Amino acid sequence: MSDVARDGEALQGAELEARLHRTWSRAPGLWGWLTTVDHKDIGRRYIYTAMTLLILGGALAAAMRLQLATPESGLISAARYNQIFTMHGTTMMFLFAVPVMEAVAIYIIPLMVGTRNIAFPRLNAFSYWTYLFGALLLWVAFALNVGPDAGWFMYVPLSGPEFTPGKRTDIWAQMITFTEVAAIAVAVELIVTILKFRAPGMTIARMPLYVWSILVTSIMVVLSLPAVALASGMLLADRLIGTQFYNPFEHGDALLWQHLFWFFAHPEVYIIFLPAMGFVSQIVETFTQRPVFAYAALVLATVAIGLLSFGVWVHHMFATGLPRLGYDFYTAASMAVAVPSAIQIFCWIATMWLGRPRFAVPLLYVVAFIVTFVIGGLTGVMVASVPLDLQLHDSYFVVAHLHYVLIGGGVFPLLGALTYWFPKLTGRLLSEGLGKAAFWCVFLGFNAAFFPMHITGMLGMPRRVYTYPTGMGWDALNMMSSLMTGVIVIGGILFVTNVVLALRRPPDAGPNPWNAPGLEWAADSPPAPYNFEHIPVVSSHTPLWEEGPLNVMTGLRVDDREQVVTTAIEAQPDIRYPSPEPTLWPLLSAVALAALFIGSIFTPWAVVIGAVPLAVGFTVWFWPKNAPDGEPVIE
Amino acid sequence: MSAPVRFVGDLAHLPTHAFGPRSITWWGILGFMVVEGMVFALAIAAYFFIMDKEQSWPPIPISPPDLRAGTLFTVLILLTELPNRVIKNAAERYDISTVRFGLVLMSIITLPLLVLRGFEFASLGVYWTDNAYGSVIWMLLFLHATHLLTDYGDTLVLTVLMFTVHGKESNRFVDVSENSLYWRFVWLSWLPIYVLLYWIPRWLP
Repeated sequence: MSDVARDGEALQGAELEARLHRTWSRAPGLWGWLTTVDHKDIGRRYIYTAMTLLILGGALAAAMRLQLATPESGLISAARYNQIFTMHGTTMMFLFAVPVMEAVAIYIIPLMVGTRNIAFPRLNAFSYWTYLFGALLLWVAFALNVGPDAGWFMYVPLSGPEFTPGKRTDIWAQMITFTEVAAIAVAVELIVTILKFRAPGMTIARMPLYVWSILVTSIMVVLSLPAVALASGMLLADRLIGTQFYNPFEHGDALLWQHLFWFFAHPEVYIIFLPAMGFVSQIVETFTQRPVFAYAALVLATVAIGLLSFGVWVHHMFATGLPRLGYDFYTAASMAVAVPSAIQIFCWIATMWLGRPRFAVPLLYVVAFIVTFVIGGLTGVMVASVPLDLQLHDSYFVVAHLHYVLIGGGVFPLLGALTYWFPKLTGRLLSEGLGKAAFWCVFLGFNAAFFPMHITGMLGMPRRVYTYPTGMGWDALNMMSSLMTGVIVIGGILFVTNVVLALRRPPDAGPNPWNAPGLEWAADSPPAPYNFEHIPVVSSHTPLWEEGPLNVMTGLRVDDREQVVTTAIEAQPDIRYPSPEPTLWPLLSAVALAALFIGSIFTPWAVVIGAVPLAVGFTVWFWPKNAPDGEPVIE
Repeated sequence: MSAPVRFVGDLAHLPTHAFGPRSITWWGILGFMVVEGMVFALAIAAYFFIMDKEQSWPPIPISPPDLRAGTLFTVLILLTELPNRVIKNAAERYDISTVRFGLVLMSIITLPLLVLRGFEFASLGVYWTDNAYGSVIWMLLFLHATHLLTDYGDTLVLTVLMFTVHGKESNRFVDVSENSLYWRFVWLSWLPIYVLLYWIPRWLP
C-alpha cells in the first residue's frame, strides 16, 4: 500500500496537479471527445444542445406569432401550423426544459458537493447520446415533413391509429422514450452523487439549497417520468401492434392517457421550476453577500412542493367530467402549492432586504423571476378553481398562464444562473452592459407579449388555432403579442452575442469572481479535470465564507481515478471509490438503443433483433478492462 | 485551486468497497428498482382503471387464464430465493467457490422459468388485440418477462465473469451481492402481478 502515490504533505502543488492531470484528463482529439466521461464535458455539451433546442423552439414560436399577427393570415397552412405548435411544445418541454435543468446540475452538482466526478459517469455519457439521438429523431422527422402534429400532450383518440395514421405520432412517442431514458438516468446519477459523494462534513443539513432542489427534483423525475414512458409505450402499441388501451370501442379509455400523461406532466412543471428555485437561492445569497434567510423553511418548502406536485395532476382534466369530490380535492391541492411557493418568495425578499443587494445581471433575472412568477402563480390559483377553469380551458388565458410560470419560473432563473456560473463553465465573465440590455429586452418583451394573452383568452380566443376571423376584438392584442415577441428575439440575440464575444476573450475570471460561498467556487474556472486537488471538508452551508484557509483531506490515489464515498446523512468518509475510466461503449450502446427504438417505430421485431447488439454493448461496457492491481483481491 | 489549504485528515486508510447501502452499486440497483417499481405500479393502476369500465372481469365470454403454468412459475421463482440467498451471503464472505457454484445453479434453474413464462403467454386465453383487458394483461406479463430476461442475461455475464481473473476483485463480490438483491425485486414484483392475472378474475363476479 505504501508504494501507491497519494496526495498529502509530501505530494501537493504543481507535482500533484501534473499527476492528477495525467490520471483524469481525457484522451486528445476526437477519440477523447467521443469517449469522455467527465461530468463537465458532458454537462457542457448537454447545456449547448439544450440551448440550441431552445433557439429552435423559439424560432417556431416566432413563426406562430408571425402567423397570428393579423387575422385570416395565409402565411402558414393549418396542417403546418399543427406541426409547428406540436414541435414547439414538445421541444420546449421534453428537449429543452427538463434536459437543461439536469444539464446545469450535471456540471455544477459534483463541484458544489466537492467531488471529482458524477456517480455513474459512463451512464452520464450514455444519457447524453441517448438524448441527442432523441432530439435528432424529432427534428429530422420535422425537416422531412413527418413531424408530429397532435399537440405536445398528444391526446388520444386524436393521436390514435384511427385519427392520425402515418408515423408522425410514433416518432413523437419514441422521442419520448429516448428522453425519458436519458432523464431518468441523469436523475439517478444526481441522487447518488448528492447522497454519497458529498464532501466530508457536508451533512444533509449543510447542503446548499441548489443541492436540495436538485435532490428533490431528481426524486420527482424518478417517480414521474415512468408514467409518460409507460403511456407513450401503450400508445405506440395501440398504433403498431393493435392493442386497445385507448380505444373505447374495445373497452379502452381515452382518459387513461390523460391520467398517465398528467401524472407525469404536472410534476414536470415542478421538475423545471424547483431547480430554478435552487438557482434563485444561490444567486440571492451571492449577490446579497449573506446566507439565505430561513434555510430550514426553504428546504421544507422545496420538499413540500415536491410532495404536493404529485397530488394535482387532475386539475388539467377538470373539463373531462370527474366525480365532484375529485374536483374539490384537486382544487384544494392545487391551491395549496401556493403556500410553500409564497414562503420561498418571502424568504428571498427577506434575504435581499437584510443583505446588501448588488443588482448585477443574475440578480436582475431573480427580480424578474419574482415579479413574473407571482403573476403566473396568481393566474394558477385562478384556474385551480373549477368554474373559472371550465371557462378559461383551452383559451389563450392558459397560454399566458403557462408561459408566465415556465418562462418566469424557469427560463429567467436559468438565464440568471448561466450568467452566474458562466465563469465556472468557461473561465470568463459575461459583459454586464450587454447582459443588462439582453435582460431588459427579454423581461419587458416577455411581459408585453404574454400579458395581453390573458385578455385575448378572456375575450374567447381558443389556443391552437392557426388563424382567427377579423372583428372578434382580438386583432390589436394579437398584433401587440407578435410585435413584442420581436423584442424577446432581440434579447435572445443579445444574450447569444454576449456569450460569443466572451468566448473570444482569454479566460481571466479567476476561481471566485463573485465572492460566492459555494464549494464550486473553490475549483479553478473552468475546473481542472479532477475538480479539486485535495478533497474539501466543510463545516457550514457557505464554506467559502468561513474564516481561514479551506480545510481539505488527503490520501486519495493520484495514479488512479479515485473518489471518496461518504455516508448519506452525516457525510462521514467511508470508502475510496474507483471512478470509471473513459470508454466508447456508452456511445456504442446508445447507437444500439437508437437503432432499436427507431426500428420499433416500423416493426415490433426491432425490439427482439435490436436487443442483441444492445446486450453486447452493455456487456462490454461493464466488463472490467484492466487487470486487477494493488487494491484488495481475494485469496 | 491555488488558494491555501489546511490538511485536516487522511482518507488512505478507507476500504475500496463495501456491501449494501454503503456501496454505490447498491444505490444504482435501488434506482433501477424504484423506476421499474413505478412502471409496475402505474401498469397495475391502468389494469384497475380498465377493470373499472367493465361489467365483468374478465369480460364475457373470456375465461380467466389457466392457472397451471403461472402457479408453477410462482412456486419455482419463490424457491429460487434459497440459492439466491446462499449466493448473496457467500459473496459477502468472499466465498468464491460457493458464489461460482451458486451462479451456475441460478443460470440453470432460471431456464425452466423462461419456458414456463412462454406457457403462461399461451394460457392467457385472450390476445392483446381482442380488447383492453387482453392488452393490459399481456402488458403486465410482458413487462415482467423483460425483467426476467434482463436479469437472466445479467446473471449469465456475471457467472462467466466470476470464473475469470476479475472474479477475485472485491468489487465483483459487491456486484454479485447486488445482483441477488435485484433478483429479489424480480420475484417480489411478480407476486402482485400473479394475483392480478390469475386470481382477481376468479374472485370478482
